Amino acid sequence: MKKRVGLFITCLADVMRPSIPMAAVELLESAHFEVHVPMAQTCCGQPAYNSGDHRTTLALAEKFLDEFESFDYVVAPSGSCMGTIKTHYPDVLKDQPDLLRRFAAIQPRLFELTDFLVRVAHLTEAPGAFEGEVTYHDSCSGLRELGIKQQPRQLLSLVPGLSLCEMEQCEQCCGFGGAFAVKYGNISAAIADDKCANIQATKARAVVLGDLGCMMQIEGRLRRQGDDTTQVLHIAEVLTGKR
Amino acid sequence: MESQTLHFKARAGQKLADQRLQQNLKKLSAKFVTGRAAAIAALDGFEQIRDAAVNRRNVALKTLDVWLERFEAEAQRRGATVLWAQTPQEAADLVVQIARKHDCKQAIKSKSMVSEEIGLNAALEAADVQVTETDLGEYILQINGNEPPSHIIAPVVHKDKEEIADLFARTHHTPRKTDIPEMTREAREVLRAKFLSADMGITGGNFVVAETGSVALVTNEGNEGMCTILPRVHVAVTGVEKVLPTLEDLAAVMRLLPRSATGQTISNYFSVLTGPRREGDRDGPEHMYVVLLDGGRTSLVGGAFAEMLRCIRCGACMNHCPVYQKIGGHAYGWVYPGPMGSVLTPSYQGLESTQDLPQAATLCGQCQVVCPMKIPLPDLLRKMREQQFEREMRPGMERWALRLWSYAARHPWLYRPGARLASRILRLMGGERRRVQNLPGASGWTAYRDLPVPSQATFKQQFAQRAKGKTAG
Ligand code: SF4
Repeated sequence: MKKRVGLFITCLADVMRPSIPMAAVELLESAHFEVHVPMAQTCCGQPAYNSGDHRTTLALAEKFLDEFESFDYVVAPSGSCMGTIKTHYPDVLKDQPDLLRRFAAIQPRLFELTDFLVRVAHLTEAPGAFEGEVTYHDSCSGLRELGIKQQPRQLLSLVPGLSLCEMEQCEQCCGFGGAFAVKYGNISAAIADDKCANIQATKARAVVLGDLGCMMQIEGRLRRQGDDTTQVLHIAEVLTGKR
Repeated sequence: MESQTLHFKARAGQKLADQRLQQNLKKLSAKFVTGRAAAIAALDGFEQIRDAAVNRRNVALKTLDVWLERFEAEAQRRGATVLWAQTPQEAADLVVQIARKHDCKQAIKSKSMVSEEIGLNAALEAADVQVTETDLGEYILQINGNEPPSHIIAPVVHKDKEEIADLFARTHHTPRKTDIPEMTREAREVLRAKFLSADMGITGGNFVVAETGSVALVTNEGNEGMCTILPRVHVAVTGVEKVLPTLEDLAAVMRLLPRSATGQTISNYFSVLTGPRREGDRDGPEHMYVVLLDGGRTSLVGGAFAEMLRCIRCGACMNHCPVYQKIGGHAYGWVYPGPMGSVLTPSYQGLESTQDLPQAATLCGQCQVVCPMKIPLPDLLRKMREQQFEREMRPGMERWALRLWSYAARHPWLYRPGARLASRILRLMGGERRRVQNLPGASGWTAYRDLPVPSQATFKQQFAQRAKGKTAG
């Protein structure tokens, strides 16, 4: 019997970059999991959580449990969304003993995509290929909330033709920060400039990362500065070779 | 100190445009970030040492009143006087009264952020007491028209050598020098005379120790020694949360403070001062006072922000903050900048005038990682935002946008067609290059960056299609 994986698409990728969840489906299926996509899913609630809107966050946390608790695993192609679910829901649900109990039951089965591919699926080959050098940006929530660091690098080493060239300060924030990027656009862009400079200094053809928010921030800023060549890719896209 | 927190946005904009400042702020990562990383890596068992120190601070703060009373009793027993101030104003008044009582006319000061908090220099000057800052950085700021510090341990981090060379030449009427040891010597010569003629020495207090009634001071220049030994009167001003039960607690936190702050294993100077000069002592002041400020601190005890009281003012959170690194300390508008300031300032001054501070953070989490006291700064900022949300303090547009999104996110029948529509519109707007450079209503984004837009229908649409294909096949 194949294990059932519930894919948490992430609201941003659903609209802005569907190739990411599509690549995630392909990777999970190639690792012999049965992938399910609850169609009523929307958002993990992070925008509400970070805006201090507790009621909405709570409602969305409950919605998540309703939609996903029946799966063997839940996987999201985003450290930021999975960080919210896995590390912050306990705080969101702290006054709801029933929900908290349900959450505790599912918590060990929640995974960010690269973490899942390495630790559960034990991926040993990648369907995609990439000619040349890439550099990897460690997005904040994945890195600091979920400990995603070696997993993506290990996966990238499976891609034929690809070599990894680390940038300076790969763990430094890109300046996205959700609504922060819009409310304090100038500060956010100044932070992004350092990130872009570090990326460009590597001469890599692409910067690879695991979070769409940061991708949009970095790509948006690179393009605005006139860099039309450095590709900004999600790790799932690189692993499948599909963008 | 007068608060400028209301003008955060405007000030941040100015700071971003200031090329010289941008250059100077690079020192932060080069010096402090690298220094801390090396010092922590070289410390065996850092995590355990940190946990133990956090625990000691928690024990102290849990029964803060008990330790403060003990401190008072032990300090008084050794001849020092302990005075309590509820408000910053009261604290400043107390120091002025001490100056009057002992007929002090000239004060020398070592670095103290609490003295900034209570506006001490201005209060003393108004009472005809001449104050001289003796920490080199603070001295530079003082002769530059009483400019406020921009960092809690490196007050002039926003300035470069050239700027200071100009300032010295202008103020000291000497030929312009750019060699740092020579510049330091010049300042030292000016200060030497002040050290010798002062009748009052003012310091902060990095910690106060209950079991011995001592005040502990950390500096790199040794000026705190001069301030506490030469003048007749020594006044230490600090916050009530700085009390530690025992000398062992002091040793435990001191293993972390210099390492986290500057990457030093120990600061150049470290003084533990216990009472005034006694019979037979060779030096020390005739009178020693400790002024302990509440200033909003005790209101945090037992509340949502209580963990903030553990702070040992090392500055690591701001050194590692991507926002601080870009705008510097002055943009924050009050005494304490960076992540710790964005929790403390609203706590002490109220959220009304500090609207931007909890919002102006990416919540990247690096501050929490480096904080030697394991203060969950991002969580605390989020809690501040929760209060802002509940009290409807954010701008109307923002609240409405959030409400609209919230409704849609909770109602999939509305959300899905909405997502499809958004995708359609963006694809149309994106054109060949698949990006939008000016999106009405999202100018906060597009003013600074392009918006990469999708090239395909939503994932849900594609996945539903694919499933249909599968069943059909
Ligand atoms: S909050 Fe932590 S890192 Fe920041 S100054 Fe205080 S102790 Fe240091």
